[in-house]
Amino acid sequence: MATVLDGPELAAPVPPVRAPRGRLRLNQLRSLLGTLPFFAYVTVFLVIPTLVVAIGAFAGDGGFTLANVSALGDSYVLDAFGRSILLSAVTALIGAVLGAVLAYALATARPGGLLRRVVTAASGVLAQFGGVTLAFAFIATIGLSGFVTVFLRDNLGVDIYSGGVWLFELPGLVLVYTYFQIPLMVIVFLPALDGIRPQWREATESLGGSTWQYWTKVAGPLLAPAFLGSTLLLFANAFSAYATAAALVSQGNPIVPLQIRSALTSEVVLGQQNLGKAMALGMVVVVAVVMTLYALLQKRTARWLG
Amino acid sequence: MAGLRARRARRQSAFRWTVLAVMGIFFLLPLAAMVEFTTRGDSGTWSLLADWPKLSETYPDLADGIVASLGQALLTALLMLVLLVPTAIWVRLRLPGLRPLVEFICLLPLTIPAIVLVVGLAPVYAWVNYFLGGSSLTLTFAYTILVLPYAYRAIDAGLSAIDVRTLAEAARGLGASWFTVMARVVLPNIRSAVLSAAFLTVALVLGEFTIASLLNRTNLQVAINLLGKSSATMSVAVSLAALILAFVLLLLLSLFGDRRKASR
Repeated sequence: MATVLDGPELAAPVPPVRAPRGRLRLNQLRSLLGTLPFFAYVTVFLVIPTLVVAIGAFAGDGGFTLANVSALGDSYVLDAFGRSILLSAVTALIGAVLGAVLAYALATARPGGLLRRVVTAASGVLAQFGGVTLAFAFIATIGLSGFVTVFLRDNLGVDIYSGGVWLFELPGLVLVYTYFQIPLMVIVFLPALDGIRPQWREATESLGGSTWQYWTKVAGPLLAPAFLGSTLLLFANAFSAYATAAALVSQGNPIVPLQIRSALTSEVVLGQQNLGKAMALGMVVVVAVVMTLYALLQKRTARWLG
Repeated sequence: MAGLRARRARRQSAFRWTVLAVMGIFFLLPLAAMVEFTTRGDSGTWSLLADWPKLSETYPDLADGIVASLGQALLTALLMLVLLVPTAIWVRLRLPGLRPLVEFICLLPLTIPAIVLVVGLAPVYAWVNYFLGGSSLTLTFAYTILVLPYAYRAIDAGLSAIDVRTLAEAARGLGASWFTVMARVVLPNIRSAVLSAAFLTVALVLGEFTIASLLNRTNLQVAINLLGKSSATMSVAVSLAALILAFVLLLLLSLFGDRRKASR
């Protein structure tokens, strides 16, 4: 580990840029040496773990095997992927629509104003910091003895759990995920809204266009790639989320991240470890596809709103 | 035209406040519920939270978690800066051809969910355990990877805003070593970018749960989760305190970032 930590010292003794032609290659080699700590570090802690997952997914007792990957076809794994995708899609859609509305409300406010600043900072916290703390926020709100649950029961005689305690199951996850998806949408969609120029609206008006026409013919098409891209990002975010579900779900492993946890921690079934790697690889594939589409849409967005 | 614009501004303002009010209720309700939940009866939860010696005596796991998280945040911010700042400067100056690769690697953790990374990290951490022991502070290595995308973007934006090449050539022309160029010429010029990278790192590390929990180490979030099983009130109180702390960090970041733009 020691060689990894002394970056500047390694980089220091390299000579200046201009050198005679013969020494050029040697010089370049020395330049590369300056990036060695960085590349060594990411190799150990990023590349190797990725390879462990990718290779482990195809490794069995006697070398190469497709058993782990074909075990992804088991009904309980498929169900988990289905539920994960459903949960991510539903919360991404709800989050994208409501988040876009909130972002638009903010975009019409003064850019450097306190309102915008407070809401953006709060969004950052809820979108990225969340995890376990949000699970407890909802336990305090609509848990069995939560504020809202008790209030509704004592004052209005409404029992929100008459059909069973849904907070610790999939419907509860939808609610809590929405709570961090909307803020994420605000963060990623606000820059696109800021890219909309008032001149475009004025141009529409001077050509006799109505507000409806402005939104459907000008702003709508311009914002569509950004909106779709942000929705995909929200999907990937919900799909990768683990902490909230781990803290909230008490029984069973309804979604893929929790299935991976049980594969990682269970010592009962030998070979489960590599099934975990296969499921992890499955997650990477889903997220990679979604993020590639996101990158493509992002490029399209940048054409007008960058 | 002017009348039209005034009417639209009024309509937008009404729309803005309606949306903010409705969303505000949805987002503030759980936070208000946390306050109510932790002040029910006279449990003295909040006064206990302010009294460190008593807190670490009553909830030793929680105290351990808080100390571990603060250490991890500090070490991760340091390691991230030592690793990323010289590399980013160096690549810009000497190896511009490598920039796309470095950027790709730095953004890669965005497409690898933490739960997947932990699967691959398990064997790597078997070695870390062997060499450095099982201290919770060793999570720093994994966290530095997790914060790479956010830290890289902040530092890269800072470097894009100044003319690194001219600064470096001027300093080199005056006989400065590469170390001086980085530490005393470029670094002071990207101070605020470095600071925002460090703030983001601290906020992200304080909120991390997945890797710590699955590698059997402790931090703030793991402690909160553990405490939830025995004392829900206390864990809700700590959750609220952690959320507020992160909010203050990010608000300071936004205020600071703005001053940077104003001063340029």
